[in-house]
Amino acid sequence: MKEFQYTIKDEIGIHARPAGLIVKKAKEFSSKFTLTKDGKTAELTKLMALMSLGVKCGDTVTVAVEGPDEDAAAAAMQAFFAETL
Amino acid sequence: METYQGKSIFNGIAIGKICKYEKEQQQVKRTKITDPEAEISRFDRAREEAGAQLQALYDKALAQVGESGAMIFEIHMMMLDDDDYLDSVYHIIRSQQVNAEFAVASTGDNFSQLFASMDDEYMQGRAADVKDISDRLIRVLMGQSGESEIKEPVIIMAEDLAPSETVQMDKDNLLAFVTTLGSSNSHTAILARTMGIPALVGIPVKDEWNGKMAIVDGHNGTLIIEPDEVLLAQMQAKKEEELRQKQLLAELKGKETVTKSGKKINLYANIGNVSDVAAALANDAGGIGLFRSEFLYLEAQDYPTEEEQFHAYKTVAENMAGKKVIIRTLDIGADKQVAYFDLPKEENPAMGFRAIRICLERPEIFKVQLRAILRASAYGTISIMFPMITSVEEVRQIKEILAQVRDELTTQQIPFGEVEIGIMIETPAAVMISDLLAKEVDFFSIGTNDLTQYTLAIDRQNEALDTFYNPHHEAILRMIRMVIDNGHKENCWVGICGELGSDTALTKRFIEMGIDELSVSPAYILTIRNLIRELP
Repeated sequence: MKEFQYTIKDEIGIHARPAGLIVKKAKEFSSKFTLTKDGKTAELTKLMALMSLGVKCGDTVTVAVEGPDEDAAAAAMQAFFAETL
Repeated sequence: METYQGKSIFNGIAIGKICKYEKEQQQVKRTKITDPEAEISRFDRAREEAGAQLQALYDKALAQVGESGAMIFEIHMMMLDDDDYLDSVYHIIRSQQVNAEFAVASTGDNFSQLFASMDDEYMQGRAADVKDISDRLIRVLMGQSGESEIKEPVIIMAEDLAPSETVQMDKDNLLAFVTTLGSSNSHTAILARTMGIPALVGIPVKDEWNGKMAIVDGHNGTLIIEPDEVLLAQMQAKKEEELRQKQLLAELKGKETVTKSGKKINLYANIGNVSDVAAALANDAGGIGLFRSEFLYLEAQDYPTEEEQFHAYKTVAENMAGKKVIIRTLDIGADKQVAYFDLPKEENPAMGFRAIRICLERPEIFKVQLRAILRASAYGTISIMFPMITSVEEVRQIKEILAQVRDELTTQQIPFGEVEIGIMIETPAAVMISDLLAKEVDFFSIGTNDLTQYTLAIDRQNEALDTFYNPHHEAILRMIRMVIDNGHKENCWVGICGELGSDTALTKRFIEMGIDELSVSPAYILTIRNLIRELP
């Protein structure tokens, strides 16, 4: 399993659009992604679950990646977070 | 005539009949089915159809309001593909053996509740999106079109509007939106703003208003039902003026401020705050000709720090993206008093301890401002302008202080850019020695308000003197000519930043005198540009 932490810089947090883009990205890989914030977890392929975590600007989240392509998946997702959030 | 107060989403005036927007009522009945798998494939087909509708809406919105306004439909498409949402629908159909409409309605309710209960205003707003996609699915399942036609120009009144409803309406017949619900950052609000349609929220919906004449005044957030003729005529005139401005803007935006014979005038904006930059840009100002820095001092409880000032100047410079920004240094005293400066009480403050005089007496305050301005100059094109100058010595003193500040910054290896130095010409003394002052600086900006007051010996605050007050007094016009001539002899450009700058009766005369720049309130820019472009 691969893991990274990220602190959200986007002013309104993980709002609809980045959440949608994350879901798209996550579906490109066969690994399973989970995002945890304050003990609550959502899969990155599930848009509404992800949005309902209410991740705000300044929150630090942990993303865990598990599966056959986890190395590439984690690196790609981390870069994607840095770019969009 | 009745007036209701709401919250304005988009400024502007609309006059017309009210039309109550009726949603197609969706009475979803729970019916038992025998073949859940067949029901699920019926649902899947509806989902495909809803997806296709959203794609069409997306394309329409993209063409009408651009990508940011269209994004909502992309999000709706994604929500429609959400695993949890779909699983819930499938699960209800299978486990309860019920119709797809009912399964969608329950799922939609649950998910929209989830968002509505979040403590974040933005996420609460998403409850409407879930409701919107669920309603769409139900409409498709029930074979309803969901299109509501508007046949004449109307003010749409509704409890609430979904973004898809907003975008589907025929834009040509849409005068305004008035809704009870909806926040200023709901998607419908964003769409209204992008489409440039006046909109109010927080207004009750009353059936008896349907078909009645009304005014939506987006400037103060009011809805006026059955206005009287006087008000109607007044608002009509205001609306026409707005329309004229809008057309002017469309026509003149991006065009040069140049006379028919090719004389180019720099038409800049006067601003008094960082947020005014928006108005300057919206009216296509060529730069900022007067950035009154007093607000930083007037709004504070203590001397604003270098960082606070730097941040404000840098923001303006960056937002103007390389266009000129002329910052006028501290101009307090007289009618602008600041408690923490602890200035002595004066018999005659207009001729007292103010503006540059305070700065030269208290260089420690002055230097903080100069450092902040110089540092900000690394981020754009900044010029500095000094107010209330009466002598060459003052200018030399200022330049010396400025040189000290530059040296300090250089020693500390703090970056700063090149700045033009200018002075306000607002005392008769400065006019009379403008030939000498021109050798010291890069530009003059004539402050006609104070110059008129000092020249005519008329206090503008004193109404009893109104009959003696002539803003077009020949003395003032001669002074302006003299300043322009003396400035030009020394390659010093000359502008006007006082009220006379926007006096359209004088624009022609100023240009004949050879004025290089006019700096006016943002709202006047296009009117004056229009006028100048008509001049020979």
